Amino acid sequence: MATAPTSTSVEYEVVIGLEVHSQLLTTSKMFCRCPADYANAEPNTHICPVCSGYPGVLPVINEQAIDYIMMTALALNCEIPDFCKFDRKNYGYPDLPKGYQISQYDRPISRNGYILLDVNGEERRIGITRVHMEEDTGRLVHREGKNSYTLVDLNRAGVPLMEIVSEPDIRGAEEARLYMEKLRTILVYLGVSSGKMEEGALRCDANVSIRPRGQQEFGVKTEIKNMNSFRSVERAISYEIGRQIEVLSSGGVIHQETRGWDEDRGVTVSQRSKEYADDYRYFPEPDLPPLVISREWVERIRAQMPELPDAKSKRFVEQYGLSARDAGQLTAEKALADYYEAAVAAGTSADTAARAKAAANWTLGDLRRLLNAGSLDITESRVAPQGLAELLDLIESGKISGKQGKEVLEKAFASGDTPAAVVEREGIAQMSDSGELERIVDEVIADNPKAVEDYHAGKTASVQFLVGQVMKRTRGRARPDMVSPLLLGKLGAP
Amino acid sequence: MPELWQLSVSEAADLLRRREISAVELTRAHQERIAQVEGNVRAFVTTLDDQALRDAERLDQRRSEGEQLGPLAGIPIAIKDNLCTRGVTTTCSSRILEHFTPPYDATVVARLHEAGAVILGKTNLDEFAMGSSTENSAFFPTRNPWDLGRVPGGSSGGSASAVAAGEAMVALGSDTGGSVRQPGALTNTVALKPTYGRVSRFGLVAFASSLDQIGPFARSARDAALLLQAIAGHDPFDSTSVDAPVPDYAAALSGDIKGLRVGVPAEYFVEGVEPGVRQAVEEAIETLKAQGAEVGECSLPHTRYGVAAYYIIAPAECSANLARYDGVKYGFALRGEADDLIDFVSKTRAHGFGAEVKRRIMLGTYALSSGYYDAYYLQAEKMRTLIKQDFDQAFEQFDVLVGPTSPTVAFELGAKTADPYAMYLNDVFTIPANLAGIPGISIPGGFSEGLPVGLQLLAPAFEEARLLRVADAFERVTDYHTRWPEALNAKRGARKRR
Ligand SMILES: [Zn+2]
Repeated sequence: MATAPTSTSVEYEVVIGLEVHSQLLTTSKMFCRCPADYANAEPNTHICPVCSGYPGVLPVINEQAIDYIMMTALALNCEIPDFCKFDRKNYGYPDLPKGYQISQYDRPISRNGYILLDVNGEERRIGITRVHMEEDTGRLVHREGKNSYTLVDLNRAGVPLMEIVSEPDIRGAEEARLYMEKLRTILVYLGVSSGKMEEGALRCDANVSIRPRGQQEFGVKTEIKNMNSFRSVERAISYEIGRQIEVLSSGGVIHQETRGWDEDRGVTVSQRSKEYADDYRYFPEPDLPPLVISREWVERIRAQMPELPDAKSKRFVEQYGLSARDAGQLTAEKALADYYEAAVAAGTSADTAARAKAAANWTLGDLRRLLNAGSLDITESRVAPQGLAELLDLIESGKISGKQGKEVLEKAFASGDTPAAVVEREGIAQMSDSGELERIVDEVIADNPKAVEDYHAGKTASVQFLVGQVMKRTRGRARPDMVSPLLLGKLGAP
Repeated sequence: MPELWQLSVSEAADLLRRREISAVELTRAHQERIAQVEGNVRAFVTTLDDQALRDAERLDQRRSEGEQLGPLAGIPIAIKDNLCTRGVTTTCSSRILEHFTPPYDATVVARLHEAGAVILGKTNLDEFAMGSSTENSAFFPTRNPWDLGRVPGGSSGGSASAVAAGEAMVALGSDTGGSVRQPGALTNTVALKPTYGRVSRFGLVAFASSLDQIGPFARSARDAALLLQAIAGHDPFDSTSVDAPVPDYAAALSGDIKGLRVGVPAEYFVEGVEPGVRQAVEEAIETLKAQGAEVGECSLPHTRYGVAAYYIIAPAECSANLARYDGVKYGFALRGEADDLIDFVSKTRAHGFGAEVKRRIMLGTYALSSGYYDAYYLQAEKMRTLIKQDFDQAFEQFDVLVGPTSPTVAFELGAKTADPYAMYLNDVFTIPANLAGIPGISIPGGFSEGLPVGLQLLAPAFEEARLLRVADAFERVTDYHTRWPEALNAKRGARKRR
């Protein structure tokens, strides 16, 4: 998706770079010992003199945050230089208690990485300019009305943030969404971010420009903010591309500016012109000496790295014989991949290959359908991986049919009982008594002389009709692999 | 026997240990001295009369129970009012923090409590430590005990005058460009700026973070050593504090400086140095020579650029450090008159900050602005490196460098307030040590027309013990440090109670 068609037949190329901020799942804040998790906390209860910017206090670096950023940098194939430094980014706002934000300007923790995307079957490589450390701001709560006022909550102030800046390598709105989703997957895999865009734990600003295809120079870019979901990333950028094409096509010019995404109206709105942009007056943070990162430290972090989605997907193909598509879907969520592997491991049937395949089908099929219907996460599934394994074993051993399996899964999912308990309770079982089956086969032959006649006349397809009749009379409890041989034996040669 | 307030720390500690005097008596003696002279000196922003007595009582009690107390147990001390004291207002002599009470102690204050020191009060300073005369205090100027019509220097003028006047046995100040050493020189006290990183800055209200360092005022090198001992050392709450062992400073006071290589920087004896100051310093150098020191001339060629570099770097850092005072979280807030948030913040700051603070915030903001950063801040940082190199080279040949602390003796109140640049030049010999991060000490080096002259000694990083050894050796053959200001004596008799 690299082309945007236009009415004037000028073909434009879309150029997008994303700046992503992620809160880090550290125990404490970036520069003090306050807890970093402020969800459900009363305003201004997770604060101390350091994160409230009191006079005379000093920052002390949270090494866990540095570990997490290094881990991310390694996952994004970045270089980690021997040392990095911290800088003050100056701007005044009441949610910024010190009047400056400690960030990294010219010596970030890492730089020069990339991320690989599968965009409609095509592999795309998106460059990562840098990954660096920042601190979050507090939050302002505005009360409107006659006596309007603003409240400040500093619980979030000083929560570690990581900024991941991409190269302007992204060529479309869908690609931008895929990039965000892939990035989120990696961060969640690493356990460094909750990945929740809706809660603001993961934030994205997009720099969007277009240029006539073939032109070397970049067009004038706009910065899009306020996109609070993966879907709105795609929608907002898509809108903005269309807007820019329209402006240029009608002879207008694009102004460098910040535009906010209005989710309800589905448009981007000019916020402020970059001509009046803040001058952040960066300078080296005198309270923090440069951080020397030894190669031993890097290797220690590398050794702690979990298996990443691409590697896991590749392993699923090799180890479980899955298709690349299934493996990709299963590994898109770490929790889903973990569920799947636990289900495979818990199975007891001898045919491990068949078990692995079946587990994939059931996880991506019926189970996911049930989860989606209930808007549930895989971690909230009422059928545990052991339960799914039990279900597969019941089917594999012939105790229930595949069709019955769907019913059992639904009932287990609804009740929270194990599949075995559901089978027991509901009396669901396949007809394994060949005597009873034989009687029903005889009945079906006797009741369907026309079909029997057709069979003997050479219309072998009528066997399928007779099998169907048997299944109907057994209400699906018969094993299809037993019905056909029995029927053919009774009918004799055609 | 001298008055109790005239004792040195080691004398008083001995008497306290032997229980010949009590901490309460010693504290009371200082409080009486404060009552007697403070009306003229005005060293204190806040005195902790009851709290100090309670602390002293508690120490006496613990001592009577046989408890082993800290090395400064019962020693009355004054603290510059830019050092945070839990539960006690810490104003920085600024309207904007006039009613600010920190919920925490600065690390140095916590260490003083541990050592058993009794805090008498918080001393006056140039607002946010920006100034060289203590006239920039938003509250009142402090006077020099040696001549009440003159300034005590600054910015730690309150601490310097308190120690010089006998209102406190020792005191803490902070030195960003000379704010401990210059008032030390102007008030005849021993004033030490340690190596950057030797003493934790946690709880020191920041002026220029890469230059600020807390240091002691005392009336002898030994007392300064004892106080430094109590506050020096690594602090996990200050990432710039250095994790290096702290030597026994008092043990270094051998009195022996035979063979010590003393460098005299030519650039410290230039035009602008008052003849009386030059003469006193030259005599002091002769004294060192007589004690066996090997004196030679050296050069610190970039000295004259120090003030310029300093007045870029310090304001740049201050412009960020002072951004937090917006009236939202603590301190002064101008309520009820603002149209909106921005208006509220700017009016609060316009009322809350004094002229010099505003001047430096503007200077620093400008120097960091896009398009000027390279021309100013980056150039200043390069100059800082060159000044460091000057010292590195000088210390290849010399153990210490010696010169005047200040080009002038104490000047008259109001003499330089109209000319900030003239005021800035008063720190020309003290600023380079801050830029280079090395330790410096100002010691009583003589007198010029009855006013004290400070002798500055500089040493390589972490050689505070060497500076104190030279200072102590000098004290052994001179009596400047034992003299008391006459200006206060006449008034003392009238209200003497003991
Ligand atoms: Zn905190």
